[in-house]
Amino acid sequence: MSKVINIQPVTRIEGHAKVAITLDDSGNVSDTKFHVQTLRGFEKFCEGRPVEEMPRTVCHICGICPWAHHMASSKATDACFGVTPPPTAVKLRRLMQNIAYYSDKILHFYFLAAPDFIIGPDADYSVRNVVGILNASPDIAKKVVHMRHLGAQILEGFAGRAIHPTFSVPGGVSKPLTEADRRTMLPAAQEMLEFAKFSMKFAKENVFPKHMDAVKSIGVINVGSLGTVTDDGTLDFYDGKLRLMKADGTYEDFACDQYLDYIGEAVEPWSYQKFPYARKWGKLNLSLDNPVGVYRTNCLARINVADKMATPLAQAELEEFRSAFGRPAHYTLLYHYARLIELLQVAEDIVQLLNDSGITDTNIRAAVEPKEGRGVGCVEAPRGTLIHDYECDKDGLITKLNLIVGTTHNAAAINLSVNQAAKEVIKGGKYDQGILNRVEMAIRSYDP
Amino acid sequence: MAMTVVEDWLNACSGCEISILNIGDALVDILPKLEFLHMTALIDHKFFGQVGDGTVMEIPEADIGIVTGGVRNEEHKHELEEIRKKTKFLIALGSCACYGGVPAQANMWKNEDVFEKVFRNCASTEPAPDPVDPSVPKWTPTCAALDEIVKVDISIPGCPPHPDWIADALTALLEGKTSWTLPERSVCDTCPVIREKKSGGGPVKRWIQNIDFNPEEGIDKMRCINEQGFLCMGPVTLAGCAGKSGVPRCIQARTPCRGCFGPIRKGSQPMVDMMGALSSVGLEAKSVLDRRAMMNRYIGGHGFLRPLPARPVR
Repeated sequence: MSKVINIQPVTRIEGHAKVAITLDDSGNVSDTKFHVQTLRGFEKFCEGRPVEEMPRTVCHICGICPWAHHMASSKATDACFGVTPPPTAVKLRRLMQNIAYYSDKILHFYFLAAPDFIIGPDADYSVRNVVGILNASPDIAKKVVHMRHLGAQILEGFAGRAIHPTFSVPGGVSKPLTEADRRTMLPAAQEMLEFAKFSMKFAKENVFPKHMDAVKSIGVINVGSLGTVTDDGTLDFYDGKLRLMKADGTYEDFACDQYLDYIGEAVEPWSYQKFPYARKWGKLNLSLDNPVGVYRTNCLARINVADKMATPLAQAELEEFRSAFGRPAHYTLLYHYARLIELLQVAEDIVQLLNDSGITDTNIRAAVEPKEGRGVGCVEAPRGTLIHDYECDKDGLITKLNLIVGTTHNAAAINLSVNQAAKEVIKGGKYDQGILNRVEMAIRSYDP
Repeated sequence: MAMTVVEDWLNACSGCEISILNIGDALVDILPKLEFLHMTALIDHKFFGQVGDGTVMEIPEADIGIVTGGVRNEEHKHELEEIRKKTKFLIALGSCACYGGVPAQANMWKNEDVFEKVFRNCASTEPAPDPVDPSVPKWTPTCAALDEIVKVDISIPGCPPHPDWIADALTALLEGKTSWTLPERSVCDTCPVIREKKSGGGPVKRWIQNIDFNPEEGIDKMRCINEQGFLCMGPVTLAGCAGKSGVPRCIQARTPCRGCFGPIRKGSQPMVDMMGALSSVGLEAKSVLDRRAMMNRYIGGHGFLRPLPARPVR
């Protein structure tokens, strides 16, 4: 008789989801679903709100990456009002976005993902977690707590809030960086860079080599990639053009306000999460053997679409990664590797920005007048490309709002990876908590 | 002996969980005294058995329940009721749990209007019927605060709450206390800006220009944001956003408060009180754009935000 296994809740992720795995009469996987169970309705309740209130409202979409939403929203509001922020404002936005990104990534790598690799995928659930990491590697765990705290202190000390910021506004930012602020931040930034280097080395020596079998078998799918690059193809988190790459490595570039020509969203009756897909590749098909329209975002997709990284240490790591795994790389667990390459880029970029002589300029906000308009703002959040599309009336009140956010782009790919992982590890009706955890490891790679 | 804890998020963004992690060093002292039996963000405990063969949601019995997020669907409601049954002290953590939070702005519409927009009227979405599969829980009539559904023992508001207060409330429970509240003070009571009890008058300015300040000087040398003619919700908002010491968070960013810690005391009417505060410094309170949503941004549960009756056709 067929049977359904419910993994609920999916844990060590950043949202509300469950997995249902259906087994056929002989105990083999016949179907899987990754159900997202929560819907909040930002697209509706932002209607009627003043445009200038958006960056500090829509950041509440995600408490882990509020700064990325804050920036995408700020760029959309700049465009609605037709203003260009002064160069220093853009530098400060980039600086804050990078610092927030840094804390986000080390949280995921060390506290959410690492238990599967350092404690082990089959370990009992009571130790396969952050407390287990604290006991197994207390020095590293304390260092991570310290580094996260350092990031939060910088954000709070300067911008008031580490979570759900108010700093970025249409036309610029709310305050300049003083020379005293800059001098306070620089040593912390150096420390962040050193820890990023350590993390890359640690993972390459102690984590990835031991788990190559898992990397080559769990959650593996061949699909497309989406990310943001500058005109010369360099990976950028704040600005650039969108690049949509097929599984075979061919790609098309487009300006972010052209996204409707390239990305559609399908609705499935079994999830509140929508399913973005590449319109030009055909109608979305979630078949594992022949997926159509499916692409991924987040770090692995970004380093696939980028011709190069923006900073030297990250570039050296990308070259090493590509010589081992090619371009585009498809193994899902390589997300963890890609995450650390990106961590290096943001850490190097933080130091560079703080050493930029223009960073303390006081021209930080352009004049803004409410007017009718449309604005599309895109940035790369830790979890993938954010697309914020606003329209407003002559008083600057929101009339229409469309959002496609990081993990939503990955909805189809996560479903495929769950399906692949379940079929790979569950056979003949045999499974236990360690085997089911491997299905979740496929999900955790995407850091949803 | 350690106290046991069950922690989970409902209609939430994970910001409160990040705030727990941001307790920082104090966490190292508190953690050994707490045994987390469930925490979706960090621990692999499952509600339907570790191999997914359970048929009913099983919440472990625990001393403390910590719940973030409001109640937006039938599963949130069921889970909250189960956590209430299984825990001695229930903590509502964050403004969504305490007041409904930002997502409770959806209470300004009927549920069907929200679904109509999300699934059939977004630019990139192929219009489709609402998801109705049993695995996607049906929405509750409103986005509710926890105490609209069950009894709450301790409320720690804030969006997010400051780590100081999370640590403080947990420490109080560990010391055998049975209640904990923030002192009833306003954000203004903790804000060092210069106040002269008057403004330049006229309509309230939109926040499309920066407030006036000298970045080389401290907040104590800056004029009050309301008195500069902007809306700042400080006068009607509970103090504590910067923790036990420090300048209110949004003011530190040289930006106005929007009320994320909620009302100063239960039963107060922040919108009415804020209109009074603006008038008292000589501003035209009724000029505030979109004031119902603006002044109830974080507190749309408890009936503060609801659909307005359709305007009669002229």
